[in-house]
Amino acid sequence: MNTPIIELEGLTKYYGSVKAVDNLDLKIDKGEIFGLLGPNGAGKTTTILMMLGLAEPTSGNARVCGINATSDPIEVKRRVGYLPDSVGFYDGMTALENLRYIGRLNGIPDDELEERATTMLEIVGLQSEMHKKTAAYSRGMKQRLGLADVLIKNPEVIILDEPTLGIDPSGVREFLNLIHQLSRQQGLTVLVSSHHLHQVQQVCDRVGIFVEGKLLVQGDIETLSRNLFGEENYVVVVDVKESLSDAWEHQEAALKLRGVQHIQVNNNTVELSCNEDVTPDIVRFFVQKGLNITGVHKKEFGLDEIYHRYFENNQKKNVSNGKSDSVFKKYFIRRNG
Amino acid sequence: MFRMGNPIVYLRNILSGETDRNVSLAPAATSPFWVMVRKETGDHIRSWRFIVMLSLILLTFFGSLYVSVGNIAKAVTNIKDPDHNFVYLKLLTTSDGSLPTFHIFISFLGPLLGIALGFDAINAEQNNRTLSRLMAQPVYRDNLLLAKFFGALTVVSAMFLCLALLMIGGGMFITGVRIEPVEVLRILAFVILSIVYVGFWLGLSIFLSVIFKNAATSALTTIGIWLFFTIFYRIIVSVIINAMVPNTDYLSQEQIVSYNNMVLGMLRLAPSQLYTDAATTLLMPSIRSLGPLTMEQMAGAIPSPLPFKESLMIVWPQVTGLLAATAVCFASAYYFFMRREIRS
Repeated sequence: MNTPIIELEGLTKYYGSVKAVDNLDLKIDKGEIFGLLGPNGAGKTTTILMMLGLAEPTSGNARVCGINATSDPIEVKRRVGYLPDSVGFYDGMTALENLRYIGRLNGIPDDELEERATTMLEIVGLQSEMHKKTAAYSRGMKQRLGLADVLIKNPEVIILDEPTLGIDPSGVREFLNLIHQLSRQQGLTVLVSSHHLHQVQQVCDRVGIFVEGKLLVQGDIETLSRNLFGEENYVVVVDVKESLSDAWEHQEAALKLRGVQHIQVNNNTVELSCNEDVTPDIVRFFVQKGLNITGVHKKEFGLDEIYHRYFENNQKKNVSNGKSDSVFKKYFIRRNG
Repeated sequence: MFRMGNPIVYLRNILSGETDRNVSLAPAATSPFWVMVRKETGDHIRSWRFIVMLSLILLTFFGSLYVSVGNIAKAVTNIKDPDHNFVYLKLLTTSDGSLPTFHIFISFLGPLLGIALGFDAINAEQNNRTLSRLMAQPVYRDNLLLAKFFGALTVVSAMFLCLALLMIGGGMFITGVRIEPVEVLRILAFVILSIVYVGFWLGLSIFLSVIFKNAATSALTTIGIWLFFTIFYRIIVSVIINAMVPNTDYLSQEQIVSYNNMVLGMLRLAPSQLYTDAATTLLMPSIRSLGPLTMEQMAGAIPSPLPFKESLMIVWPQVTGLLAATAVCFASAYYFFMRREIRS
């Protein structure tokens, strides 16, 4: 059995009376890519800072590579590479110089340094730009240089805080593939925090959903969706030309189809929740009943759905949201009146 | 431990911002602290603001030297002056009144130099978002502060030392007089004093750069403090004294002395006063005391230069005061920086 490389126990952080991180327990195994998902201000960065010993937890402890991050941050930082959410470089220096500086701070001997820095720049695909001043770098290039910067110290764990922020879609894909590849090749443990679900979904082995300082769920995406949506793993939405009344005449018959659990009729769409994929049967059924189908699509439960489900539940509790709603209405009505 | 290897190669690398394999004469990796000091030093030397400050100081240096060379013959032949034998000290302190002497210039340019090198030490790192990246490296946090201080102070020391040596060399060239060992000691002490003085302002500006997130705010605040001490502080002291001291006609001599001491004590809260006091004492060996002397103390004294050690004893409190003020600034910078959370 693997021993966890990152182990958080009852980690709690208060800012004044505000709870940023609330009694967090988390274990991440070696070689895993873990996605920490949550909206802005959920406490992701605070958690990461506590793992690196850059912030002090109010209570609980964080162990990284078996070392307590609060009492011995230097040892942790030797083994962990951290890419902050908006990384900056010394503008007056070239990419290579920036990298060499970090390498030196990590105690890499000078005779190895040059070669290692160049190799890292090649890995992230910046070899042709390494003598350019970083002031001229684009956001995506900076992010890649940041990755080189993280890798040069040969870390066991890399922590990326919102690594995809502000990069264009193709850049994001490249970047994430690179991380995935590196993690697999070198057995790196990767912790990615993000609020972009699709992107993280592509590369993560496991994800944890983090809202208001609490880790709501964790697990791989399949397990998560099964837990959350129960049996209704597939939802087929059929659009028809005719408007259907709420009391749909064929509802009884449709429910008798194999696998169909639940039906919801909405003007001219029918949503069927099933526990197995029976889309062809459903289409055949609709055709037999003489309905004009304009579109059929199958909803898959990706992170988006999971995320939304959680936020729906979460926002119901949120009083301030209702308040802003009423302010909006008041304003809206006044303008119309 | 850090080893320089070949110092010339080392310097060349600093100047070009390059490090090639020549530096790796040191077999073991250098400690992160010295890596940071090296980077800071290199950054300062190549920065525009240092070049500007350097040209300003060079200008005043040559200006005051020019004036003193013009008047040196008169000063050295003035038998009434007990210091007339110290040609090189005279070079630093003689003036015909058209230009202040070099140490007076330093007393108000030095702070500016310290401020220029330190006002954005920490907050620029924060604003460039390099601080969080730096702090994610296996580096002690205090090492960063110390490296900022050390890096700038290295540059300042090198500059003052160069100027002093330039002055001595130039003096030898112009006058052809052999320099006395005691003069070398005094000039060296003056250089160290100047470094300490700039160090105080550097410490203050680094402290304010920790406190204020905005580099402009911290620069303006430090410059404000500097202006306060150079211009307003004297005025405020004289206002207070005028309000407190009764008509001098009705005072006994002892009372006058005690009031005098009070005025001096208040003035010495200003770092520039400490510096000028100490610099004058070091450069003019005949100065026996920085406070008022009574007739009894003066009786029997022959106006002659003091030995170097005695002058040093006189300025000791001043130097200690400057060092203490620097330490206070530095300690507060530590206090605020060490436990702060580094967020980008």
